[in-house]
Amino acid sequence: MLKGVIYLDHAATTPVHPLVRREMSLWFTDSYGNPSSMYSVGVEAKSAIEAARKQVAALIGAAPEEIYFTSGGTESDNWALRGIAYASEKKGKHIIISSIEHHAVLDTAEWLGRHGFEITRLPVDGTGLVDPDDVRKALRPDTILVSIMHANNEVGTIEPIPEIGRILRERGVPFHVDAVQTVGNYPLSVNELGCDLLSVSAHKLYGPKGIGALYIRKGIRIDKYMTGGGQESNKRAGTYNVPGIVGLGKACEIALEEMPAHIEPIRKLREKLREGIFSRIADVRLNGHPERRLPNNLSVCVQGIEGESMLLCLDMNRVCVSSGSACTTGSLEPSHVLIAMGLPPEVAHGSLRFTLGRDNTEEQINYVLEVFPTIVKRLRDMSPTYRK
Amino acid sequence: MYSEKVFEHFQNPRNVGELESPDGTGQVGNPVCGDMMKITIKVEDGKVADIRFKTLGCAAAIATSSITTEMAKGRPLEEAIKITRQKVAEELGGLPPHKLHCSNLAAEALHEAIKDYFRKKGEWPDWLPKDKAHEAEEHEHGEKKA
Repeated sequence: MLKGVIYLDHAATTPVHPLVRREMSLWFTDSYGNPSSMYSVGVEAKSAIEAARKQVAALIGAAPEEIYFTSGGTESDNWALRGIAYASEKKGKHIIISSIEHHAVLDTAEWLGRHGFEITRLPVDGTGLVDPDDVRKALRPDTILVSIMHANNEVGTIEPIPEIGRILRERGVPFHVDAVQTVGNYPLSVNELGCDLLSVSAHKLYGPKGIGALYIRKGIRIDKYMTGGGQESNKRAGTYNVPGIVGLGKACEIALEEMPAHIEPIRKLREKLREGIFSRIADVRLNGHPERRLPNNLSVCVQGIEGESMLLCLDMNRVCVSSGSACTTGSLEPSHVLIAMGLPPEVAHGSLRFTLGRDNTEEQINYVLEVFPTIVKRLRDMSPTYRK
Repeated sequence: MYSEKVFEHFQNPRNVGELESPDGTGQVGNPVCGDMMKITIKVEDGKVADIRFKTLGCAAAIATSSITTEMAKGRPLEEAIKITRQKVAEELGGLPPHKLHCSNLAAEALHEAIKDYFRKKGEWPDWLPKDKAHEAEEHEHGEKKA
């Protein structure tokens, strides 16, 4: 038997890297100064956050002064959309997003839609891809922002961001990219992507929760998000979360150094899991793009059974995964991503997502391949709709 | 999120399966909504002599089906029809609010099986509710297959 849990939900969150934790702990105890204070303890903290700013900038190919610390991916997305919307109101009120964005973008756009802005939601194909041509066609003289995610958190499809970025650069329309799933897990640079704003979350790259960043390209006009003490060039007020910022910086530094070496082993394990599941279980469907996908993501729909019961059965075997079924979304609707990709609801209810990380082993994947088919069989035997 | 009893029934569901040539069958829910239940019963001396269920759905759906069969087994039909969704949820030590419709489905499947028994028999006792309009109103899933 394997010890502990087998954690296959790295798209939800990742464990904090031991070196990140060590680096952070100093800033809880000995060096507790406020970076905005003038005495040495404050100055020390200020230089720590500036070092972290450089580490974040280095990972995404930006300049340090283009990095603004936030409380996480959700705040970064909220700020990008609201900040650009209200800074560009006089120019226009039209915003374009995709229909498979994270709720942090989707619900913020919806809110803006109720407050005088006009939102276009672009469709995706059956693999979750946005067509850059659809972006081009949706552009209007009053379009003030386009927001498309880099990789989808549920199905792992990687969007054609550089192509979209080129179109928007030509038209001079600001481009926000939610890169929460890719930063630190998949190589990227803001110049290659051609984006003007990019959301980062620390806890998806082995950093702490509650800290993130928004990249804002120099020259982009954006409204401030938090008003108060004038931190972050008077754009995002609030006392600096020093341990969090240091943790994010360290996580970015580690990712820059080690990520390239982790991608292939993770992809190999994912392939092993995929092949194992498809050879052992009948009537399974792969969600997302077969090639253009995050190396660590395997999303499937298992016919005739429901996602939450699979998830809980796997949990009883100490395997952590997630699902986009209605029962796990807390509503009666299955995942908006799977529905936008054209999956019928009865298929989407049977979705299950495995997302691997740097600490997963072949032994763990073998164990999952041993228990998962038994779980599927047990639930299918119980199901009135599956007969084989 | 779930009570221990829900987990226990989800892990070890009672009376799973489908009876051969049942006296009554009740099927409710819809795969489009993500849950569907089928209950089959055998009736002897006016009692639920045997009962089986098949369920597509989440842990709550499976646990409510399981406990409903346990609550109904051996009971006179007149009593079994009084098993409501509130009683099913209570018996399980409560359900999270957004899972309450699962207990509704389980009770409804049982009621449909009992009605099917009498429908086949061509009898309709006084104690048996005549229409299911009031249940349909409460059932968020709308469509049903009886």
